[in-house]
Amino acid sequence: MANIDINHLCRLAQLALNDAEHEAVRGDLERIIAMVDQMQAMNTDHVEPLAHPLDASQRLRRDEVTEVVDRERYQLGAPATQDGLYLVPRVVE
Amino acid sequence: MNEFASIGELARGLRRGDYSSVELVRHYLARIQNNASLNTFISVTEDEALIAAAKADQTLQRGKAGPLTGIPLAHKDIFCTQGIPTTCGSRILENWIAPYDATVVACLASAGAVLLGKTNMDEFAMGSSNENSYFGAVLNPWDNSRVPGGSSGGSAAAVAAGLTPIATGTDTGGSIRQPAAFCGVSGIKPTYGRVSRYGMAAFASSLDQAGVIGHDAQDLAVVLSLMSGLDPRDSTSSDHVDSWLESVAESGLQPINEGLNIGLPGEYFKDLGEGRALLEAAARELESAGCRLSEISLPHTDAAIPAYYIISGAEASTNLSRYDGVHFGYRCENPKSLQDLYQRSRSEGFGTEVKRRILTGTYALSVGYFDAYYLKAQKLRRLIQQDFLAAFEQVDLILAPTTPGVAFHTGDLTGDPVAMYQQDIFTIPASLAGLPALSLPCGFSNGLPIGMQLIGAHFSERQLLETSALYQQRTDWHQHHPEVA
Repeated sequence: MANIDINHLCRLAQLALNDAEHEAVRGDLERIIAMVDQMQAMNTDHVEPLAHPLDASQRLRRDEVTEVVDRERYQLGAPATQDGLYLVPRVVE
Repeated sequence: MNEFASIGELARGLRRGDYSSVELVRHYLARIQNNASLNTFISVTEDEALIAAAKADQTLQRGKAGPLTGIPLAHKDIFCTQGIPTTCGSRILENWIAPYDATVVACLASAGAVLLGKTNMDEFAMGSSNENSYFGAVLNPWDNSRVPGGSSGGSAAAVAAGLTPIATGTDTGGSIRQPAAFCGVSGIKPTYGRVSRYGMAAFASSLDQAGVIGHDAQDLAVVLSLMSGLDPRDSTSSDHVDSWLESVAESGLQPINEGLNIGLPGEYFKDLGEGRALLEAAARELESAGCRLSEISLPHTDAAIPAYYIISGAEASTNLSRYDGVHFGYRCENPKSLQDLYQRSRSEGFGTEVKRRILTGTYALSVGYFDAYYLKAQKLRRLIQQDFLAAFEQVDLILAPTTPGVAFHTGDLTGDPVAMYQQDIFTIPASLAGLPALSLPCGFSNGLPIGMQLIGAHFSERQLLETSALYQQRTDWHQHHPEVA
């Protein structure tokens, strides 16, 4: 099993762990990956991957407008908004 | 009033005028309050429930009642409910109120069912014990020192304790069947796509499926009938037409009257402990009712847990990227930058197990590992599906244990995620294959319920439910109830 780079995974997943969590997660992930590595011993030559459990493809719908824009209502659950915009810390100085 | 009455009995009581829907709802609300220590509900919607019950009483008086009119129910807190908090058992959604109803919620409300509240669950449906809820663990009503199972543990424990006659659940790798087994109630996970996922917070989209937990197969059939069907708002909802399922809420479920071939997979029975004798007795019961038993093999069963934790982790890491501290839900205090806002909001908002799964999925999807993990897991998923398809060439249904044993003690497995994951060994394979499966009580071991799982071919809910009705006509395990306040 490759050495797991927890910092890299946390950057990809946008998570920040403190030192204690970092070590606990490393131990857990090592055990989880060791468990899933049982897969590597199983033969899957010439097997097509299965993405949808019924092998179905997603249905397309007609290109018609069915939803109304109701920004005010949808933004009620947002932590910070102003004039219909989502507020975040300054990105560009 | 019998707190463990089926919804059929309650509907007859309402029509006879033995009680009104308002009286029925007050009765269950009082029971929820008296059993608050079980922690089965995250929110109780008393005011809304009494208004809806009064409306149902008017419908009943006009003689326009359907099979669910005025019947109380609870939704797992993963289904969006307009105007009522939907938390998914997570701090990140603690104060979030959905702007719309899930299709399941809308269907059952329009059938006249009265929402009592939203049930506790493992955070984002990730767990097998209900210990992963931000709102605290749920207690098993049969033994408060034990877990109710998960992730729909609040729903299963609430039905078992007689706090609601019926509850919805969701099942990604066993989250309806396993808690149903641990709590001694009946629960069905339908075929993937049978029920719309619209408005059901996503965990692993190729696996998630909504279902029902109740006292018997008859109740499951009624509720499933009224919540399933093609939904244009969910592009994975199936267009499979099933006139039986559409009409069974009105016509009622009949026990099956043909002798089915039932397969017992050797892989599921080989290491089985305390439940083995009970499952064998259940199989013999069906045999004496005219079914034929045979041993079958599902040779790729061992691949199910590894494949599942890669596929569901990968899908979870993608689905949960939407919780960013910007669009909805929890935001950390005083973010110093956008990056800091994302990272701290997610780290403070998600619990340990959710972070574990996100990181497992991120690992599997990261550059250099995709083929070895994600693609490999999808190939194994194909082999598991093919095992089932081959089995259904020989048999009509599969009978198996739902869980490796009875409900375990709270805290027993919390430090060992891999041991916790092994709890789902018998429910995950059917989930990966998208098959309908249900769990029924089939006996007790040291006073704790044991579940029997029936797995059917795609869209064979009729056979599953009718066979369950046959079993429940001949046994009374589903009529045993825990002693609660």
